[in-house]
Amino acid sequence: MATSQILIAGFGGQGVLFAGKFLAYKALTENKQLSWLPSYGPEMRGGTANCSVIISDDPVGSPIITTPDCLIAMNRPSLDKYVDAVAPGGMILVDSSLISVEVERTDVRTFYIPATKMANDAGFATLANMVLVGKLIKESGVVSFENNKETFEKFIPAKKANLIEINCQALQTGYDY
Amino acid sequence: MAEKVLMKGNEAIAEAAIRAGCRHYFGYPITPQTEIAAYMAKKMPKIGGTFLQAESEIAAINMVYGVSSAGFRVMTSSSSPGVSLKSEGLSYLAGCDLPALVVNVQRGGPGLGGIQPSQSDYFMATKGGGHGDFRMIVLAPASVQEMAGLTFKAFELADQYRMTAMLLADGTLGQMMEAITFPETEVRTFDKPWAVTGTQMKRPHNIINSLALVPDVLEKMNFDRYKKYAEIEEKEPMYESYMMDDAEICVVAFGIASRVSKNAIMAARAEGIKVGMIRPITLWPFPTKALAEAAQKCRAFVSVELNMGQMIEDVRLATGCARPVSLCNRAGGMIPTPDHVLASIREANKGGN
Repeated sequence: MATSQILIAGFGGQGVLFAGKFLAYKALTENKQLSWLPSYGPEMRGGTANCSVIISDDPVGSPIITTPDCLIAMNRPSLDKYVDAVAPGGMILVDSSLISVEVERTDVRTFYIPATKMANDAGFATLANMVLVGKLIKESGVVSFENNKETFEKFIPAKKANLIEINCQALQTGYDY
Repeated sequence: MAEKVLMKGNEAIAEAAIRAGCRHYFGYPITPQTEIAAYMAKKMPKIGGTFLQAESEIAAINMVYGVSSAGFRVMTSSSSPGVSLKSEGLSYLAGCDLPALVVNVQRGGPGLGGIQPSQSDYFMATKGGGHGDFRMIVLAPASVQEMAGLTFKAFELADQYRMTAMLLADGTLGQMMEAITFPETEVRTFDKPWAVTGTQMKRPHNIINSLALVPDVLEKMNFDRYKKYAEIEEKEPMYESYMMDDAEICVVAFGIASRVSKNAIMAARAEGIKVGMIRPITLWPFPTKALAEAAQKCRAFVSVELNMGQMIEDVRLATGCARPVSLCNRAGGMIPTPDHVLASIREANKGGN
């Protein structure tokens, strides 16, 4: 019984929910069970936001994640808030362009990815989220790295289809890091 | 086979309502159900339907009253404080025996409360959504798929019994996305010879009115309505029985609480505790018989709720207080963790017989 509980957290506007959506649609195309739950509330660009994605071979019970196997932290407050919740043996992905501290825990695998800088340098400044998701897929194998374009096509509206290519590039950049 | 898509619970309700033949939606925005209104605003004009953002929740429920009187499938949706505002209209709908779908995606209360998920409108939904003697059929989905399925069911039951059906969800279910399919099934519709559709000079007037000043006439209307309610209590209870075959401890939970409870039950089973769950899908009519039967063989019950203990009263009534019933709860927008529920299951397992 394989179940992955992925928590993506950061500022509103960083694409936290979008990153989760990609993983959710990826799971859907791979016929896995899934749930996607956003934090909701009086949130705005600059406020904190997070997104819980559960991907499983079995029906998902609670969609609420209390001990993530995998945390993507896109800012310092999110890392501080969730670092201790990560399951022992789990994984933390840190955007080291924005977070200067290191994770002190030794019972988790931590990856430091300068995702924001990488995205800026590559010319897709707002896609640090997808860089991190690329790395997540590489390290966790929770979903495959195939058919990314087709997955984006499922939820990016046709009039924004021009954005699919750079999203794929951002994923690849993270995957190769 | 119909294609699997991802949808938020709120969107699933809206899409299902349209597929069930609802072409009239009236509402007023409130978190965490606004996606229902947003979906209707986008879709209704394209299919010749009505989306109307009313000036208030009270106006919206009275527009529902009007459209229902004319014999059309109609709905409104809101969240807890907004549903309180609708309570007068709910009573009038009942007094006129009008079918309608009312969705409550609950948030923490009382008062304006918060915007996080809650189940604290159980009493309001099942014991009285307004003044006078009346019931609503109350359906409690626990997944996005069920949000859709029970929307179809709610319209059918409402038309069949000429009464309000309420879909009682919560913020988590409204906001979460899951995979869902819309099976191509035929929608059941019902003749409405009572509707005010114009007589064409061929029949007497139909009158929709809840005013009845003669006490014995009004009394008879109440008694007749309760005969209908008795029939519903006999025929329509729905519930899910989960791992109950050998269960000694019975968790009772609905909606999001049942999802959390399933995790806890798996963990408790791994510890060797024989625990199962009865998940009421209809909160009214409550699955009384199923619980009474469970009380024959289970040693203890645990009611898991996102409120201060509301459904627990119905659990005690249904089981005739034959077994201890404990409460595992959080309130105000908090949700119990699986560990919290597990602790309650362990505690229940220690006590009794």
